Amino acid sequence: MVEVREGLKYTENEEWVKIEGDIAVIGITDYAQEELSDIVALEPKKVGEVVKKGETVATVEAVKAASDVYAPLSGEIIEINENAVLSPELLNQSPYDEGWILKLRIENTDEISSLMDAQEYRKKHGQ
Amino acid sequence: MKKTPFYEKHIEMGGRMVEFAGFYMPIQYKGVVKEVLSVRERVGIFDVSHMGEIKITGKDREKFVSYITINDPTTLKEFRVQYSAMCYKNGGIIDDLLVYKLLDYFLLVVNAANTEKDYKWIVENAKWDVGVENMSERIAQLAVQGPKAERFLKPLFDIDISSITYYESAMTKFGGTDMLTSRTGYTGEDGFELYFDTKHAFSAWDRLFKEIPDLEPCGLAARDILRLEARYCLYGNDINELTNPIEAGLSWITKLDKEDFIGKDAILRAKENITRRLAGFEMEKGIPRRGFEIYKNDNKVGTVTSGGYSPTLKKGIGLGYIDVPYHKSGETVDIRIKDRFEPATIIKGAFYIRGSYGGG
Repeated sequence: MVEVREGLKYTENEEWVKIEGDIAVIGITDYAQEELSDIVALEPKKVGEVVKKGETVATVEAVKAASDVYAPLSGEIIEINENAVLSPELLNQSPYDEGWILKLRIENTDEISSLMDAQEYRKKHGQ
Repeated sequence: MKKTPFYEKHIEMGGRMVEFAGFYMPIQYKGVVKEVLSVRERVGIFDVSHMGEIKITGKDREKFVSYITINDPTTLKEFRVQYSAMCYKNGGIIDDLLVYKLLDYFLLVVNAANTEKDYKWIVENAKWDVGVENMSERIAQLAVQGPKAERFLKPLFDIDISSITYYESAMTKFGGTDMLTSRTGYTGEDGFELYFDTKHAFSAWDRLFKEIPDLEPCGLAARDILRLEARYCLYGNDINELTNPIEAGLSWITKLDKEDFIGKDAILRAKENITRRLAGFEMEKGIPRRGFEIYKNDNKVGTVTSGGYSPTLKKGIGLGYIDVPYHKSGETVDIRIKDRFEPATIIKGAFYIRGSYGGG
């Protein structure tokens, strides 16, 4: 069974978001990492880039396929997880902790209400 | 949708099932990299029962198999196996296949997605004294692959399977089960393929797992990467009805000096005017994927037909048709990955050379 972490927000595209004040930490869900299997490269956009909700913020390369990570919220990229870029297997091993991808400064907090909470996300996976 | 006789075993062992060529097949079990490296270092097992088996009998079977395939089966000794292909009259590839010359018949082992098409084609083109039979539903097939395959399989058979040479087969007994056993595979590693009656599927599977320590069940994803590392073509990706064997790099199995065979004239003509070639390339940065475009000096010169990350070589590798003369080994081309271009170097031959990784 896939792990769903309480207190996080989720997207239909299997990203998770942790809201810390006006900062959003973004990663991919346990379900996503398991579906992708064996992630071998993480290519995020650069710090300072401003993205709109739904735009690509990173590409995750698995052995078999590449998958885009979309911005769950609009904002400016303020930090990249360089450890995960160097060791992309962290996305498989620890999707909610060490395998986070990047941090955004949230541009519009109203957008947060469009995300699923843990309970809604659980339902999506029939839990 | 069809199931192979091992379907329940895949479920039991945690295989992630997907649809492939009309069958439910495991795409992976514990992880693609783990499975690939198990085959490179030790031994892994693949259910390949979805493959088609077509039996050709009759007095004129050899002449007929030679007529419908591009390689020359008349040179085969009994129990030898040959990699070959069938082509249309226009030279397009119908399928690639293995030809087994057995005592009373030839066995053609074909791609799962093409079994019906191939069978129909063979029946339509049948002539002389031959019989054609589609045995696919009655035959289970397993591939046991890896540098330790021989050592672990040896005690399980009535004959010494180490005497079976590469691309040779033998009629064997595996416990009480009759098996056609050949030293073949699609992984670029040493190994064997076992053909037997589907009714013995569970007992054979269980015995293999009981007797071979840490036998790794492997799925289609691992198989695809292993074959790509070994630079084997995949029908539907690298070869199809619109590619001819010469541009696909299959001249070595195209025996243009043998007697008439279907496609011969067209292939002879195509040979005079080859405009593109299937080439293998590797990348230091970026991972090529099927469908990506290939460029040289800002001009599009080709398309990737197979690509992925090689866990053995730890880099992106791919195959693609590239316009002549940019296909030559040592040439550098650019692969378009979304909105950027990454260099790729064309290499000659296989990406992975057997036995060069761990194990042994």
